[in-house]
Amino acid sequence: MTIGEAIKRIEDPRLLVGKGQYVADVRVPGLLEACVVRSPYAHAKILGIDSSAASAIKGVVAVVTASDLPSNLQPIPMRLTPAPELAHALQMPLASNVVRYAGEPVAVIVADSRYVAEDAAEQLLVEYEMFPAVTDIGAAMRADAPLLHPMLSSNTIYSMASKKGDSNQSLRQAPYRLTLDFGIQRHAAVPLETRGLVAIPDEEGRIHVYGPTKVVHFNRIILASLLNCDPALIHFIETDVGGGFGVRGEFYPEDFLIPFIARNVRQPVRWIEDRMEHLKATNHSREQRHHLTVGFDDSGRLLGLEDEIWVNTGAYIRTHGVTVPELTQAMLPGPYDWPAFHLITHVVVTNKTPMGTYRAPGRYEGTFVRERLVEAVAHTLHLDPTVVRDRNFIQSEQMPYTVGTHGLGEDVVFDSGDYSRILTIAKQHMQWADFPGRKAQAREQGHLRGMGWAFFVEKSGLGPWEQARVGLGAEGTFYCHSGLAALGQGTETLLAQLISDQLGIKPEQVKLVHGDTDVVPAGNGSFASRGTATGGIAAYVAAKELRKRILIVAEHCFEAAPLDLQLGPEGPYLVGSPSRRMGWRQVAAYAGNVGIELDVRERYDAPHMTYPYGVHAAEVDVDWETGRISIERYLIAYDVGRAVNPALVKGQIRGGMVQGLGGALLEELAYDDDGQLLSGTFMDYLLPTSCEAPDIEVIITEDAPSRHNPLGVKGCGEGGTTGVGAALANAVADALDAPPEAFTALPIRPETARAWIRRLSALQRLDRL
Amino acid sequence: MEFQTISYELKVNGKTYRVDDVEPRMLLADVLRDVLGLTGTHLGCEHGVCGACTVLLAGLPARSCLMLGIGAQGKEITTVEGLAPDEEHLSALQEAFWEEHGLQCGFCTSGILTTMTWFLKQNPTPTRAEIREALSGNLCRCTGYQNIVTAVERAAANMKAASE
Repeated sequence: MTIGEAIKRIEDPRLLVGKGQYVADVRVPGLLEACVVRSPYAHAKILGIDSSAASAIKGVVAVVTASDLPSNLQPIPMRLTPAPELAHALQMPLASNVVRYAGEPVAVIVADSRYVAEDAAEQLLVEYEMFPAVTDIGAAMRADAPLLHPMLSSNTIYSMASKKGDSNQSLRQAPYRLTLDFGIQRHAAVPLETRGLVAIPDEEGRIHVYGPTKVVHFNRIILASLLNCDPALIHFIETDVGGGFGVRGEFYPEDFLIPFIARNVRQPVRWIEDRMEHLKATNHSREQRHHLTVGFDDSGRLLGLEDEIWVNTGAYIRTHGVTVPELTQAMLPGPYDWPAFHLITHVVVTNKTPMGTYRAPGRYEGTFVRERLVEAVAHTLHLDPTVVRDRNFIQSEQMPYTVGTHGLGEDVVFDSGDYSRILTIAKQHMQWADFPGRKAQAREQGHLRGMGWAFFVEKSGLGPWEQARVGLGAEGTFYCHSGLAALGQGTETLLAQLISDQLGIKPEQVKLVHGDTDVVPAGNGSFASRGTATGGIAAYVAAKELRKRILIVAEHCFEAAPLDLQLGPEGPYLVGSPSRRMGWRQVAAYAGNVGIELDVRERYDAPHMTYPYGVHAAEVDVDWETGRISIERYLIAYDVGRAVNPALVKGQIRGGMVQGLGGALLEELAYDDDGQLLSGTFMDYLLPTSCEAPDIEVIITEDAPSRHNPLGVKGCGEGGTTGVGAALANAVADALDAPPEAFTALPIRPETARAWIRRLSALQRLDRL
Repeated sequence: MEFQTISYELKVNGKTYRVDDVEPRMLLADVLRDVLGLTGTHLGCEHGVCGACTVLLAGLPARSCLMLGIGAQGKEITTVEGLAPDEEHLSALQEAFWEEHGLQCGFCTSGILTTMTWFLKQNPTPTRAEIREALSGNLCRCTGYQNIVTAVERAAANMKAASE
């Protein structure tokens, strides 16, 4: 049995010695390099492009502008959550007439080296007529605001609603009401490796593309349709990648441009995004506002919620369609049994980089809003915020529980969970009962100490299906072809672990193939915390079947009863007579003789998403003088149904937490009023370093296995991120005994904390002893 | 805007390499990766913040994205490919990263390993806080740093035990 063991990763040895193969490491003879020329303006008309000086530079092979693209080229379509009415807001690979964000591609230069291509980019003359830009949601919605997409009659290009019960009546009858505004700043996934592509045309008219990693089978179809060619002519090959987090592997303008140009110049072309490009060009996320009213009674029972949400989606609709706004709304109700709610979400376009999903899309934002709100209710009533949560939880006997919202093509139906139990475990672990004493003691010593909670429900295991092919080859080695993608999270180890568990072999005996569209014919890739609960299950079920067949082969060979047989790393053997064994090569040969196929193809159809849940708790100190926030303790308790490899699960949770911490305290893609990005380097866009990240205590529980799959697993990729904004905001608010309207916007910077310290001190509501 | 090309030699991981006919402006990172094929050195930001491209130059950590290849002439360069004692074994630090799940995507790992190799020579018995301080010039987006700190701690303990 290796399921449940924290085995070491099979990916690591090559990565540790510098033998990883990332896209920029792909070497082929005659490789040209591309540089994408981007609009410096947020909103402008292109009056003309003069490429003569750029083309004249020695080493320049091609200068490609929109006029060089096919006249019937279609825009990049939506992959997830498509809404047909948004077709007019899709992005073309190169802007031909109007640019709508600073960073929008207007040309591509291909040269012998990146150095020469960048020289040429400086010589490309693009004449623009500037238009007024809108960057802010409020400004974009004004009647006199410049319209981004004239075919759509408003900058509010889409709205959706979810309703349960009569929220209007519930709010009217509620003994207490709170009305609050919330905001989450624009920030992004920012993996440490930027995007990149290497496109290699061959003599037979095929094109081999390294670099697209995540949903290669989807993207191959998109590329074929944009190139107007047979998908069989396109071969995608996944490389190692430096982190995914939702942004990598979506279909971006370059995913068309680089293969298109490589085909035209009949030479391999490499494009590696630089960091400033990345911050301007790769999907942004998170920016949204909420205006809400909650009704409750004096026991803290939540009676109704009305929330109007505006999502700043940037200049275009990209491949994620309206996934982020939809998931915001779908998961906003969280773990609570709301009698009534009415949620309305608007999608607003502005002259900023387009948005897509980023780890815990919509849940990071919605959890911040909801959990800050619950603590505001508790503060208003002078109640323990954990008690208010407990009083409103959906009970395990109410599961499956229909929330009344809809996301990713499914009604949200929570499959299993014991929310009270995990909250109790977390409270004990954090010594919550003693916290008031710690807080008072800290005050006496001149510190502001606070604890904040955030309960979350995540979604995972999005289907509709995943496939695996597991077998034993003639040479006696095992293979697994999976439709999943490896984005650095340990997919290979996970699959090998599930397979080895069934076959009695060592994980490193399994050769994994994924993301190569010539070898793996179909798959849905890795996103939405789906890997383990879909592709993992497919591989596990296939391995189980393979085990059965291997045992039949061994029965034949040994003429023994199945109960007397066991499988080990070397092969099957007879229990009790260790000399009676066969090697794997022998098994493969014998199977051929007796006509047993040792190649199992399994498709697993996920009936419904599955919903893991948990709680974050943060204990912080806030400095009186500087507002500096230091995290003294941080706990994440998370029920993942079943942890296949606890080390990997904890790794996901801790890494996710620090990304959430960046969004809570540091990171912001700030813009000026003209639509210029102000944080385009790592000196302005602050990722958490080892000095901001705390040691994170993690408790994994397995109380509520999923009802939807044979292992009971739920996804673990996002819950580490989901609750961080909320827990830290609540902790800072608690440290200051701040009112409900405080800390309702992220990020929380020292100056935010300091401003509230000053304000509350002036009102004599915060006394320094 | 044409450049004369130049040729020079670099000493990397104990070997001498010829770098022929490159532009003088070529960065050390690009020379290592694109000319010498040592692609274990990674570029994460190209402006000296993320630390992924860190190599050891005459024993000291240096950002290979912030210096020219020719500037490294005559100095011993160590890249991630040069940290393990041989093809079959990992260094004590690499081994500890494997044991402690100190990496996920592996992209930042090269620069962290070179930096921490230097750091453990300076401070063979560091505290967690000292490790965090020494790591703070290297960004990691996957791990949350905690397992990296633990791995460095473990490597220090193992190296100490091995030398006693």
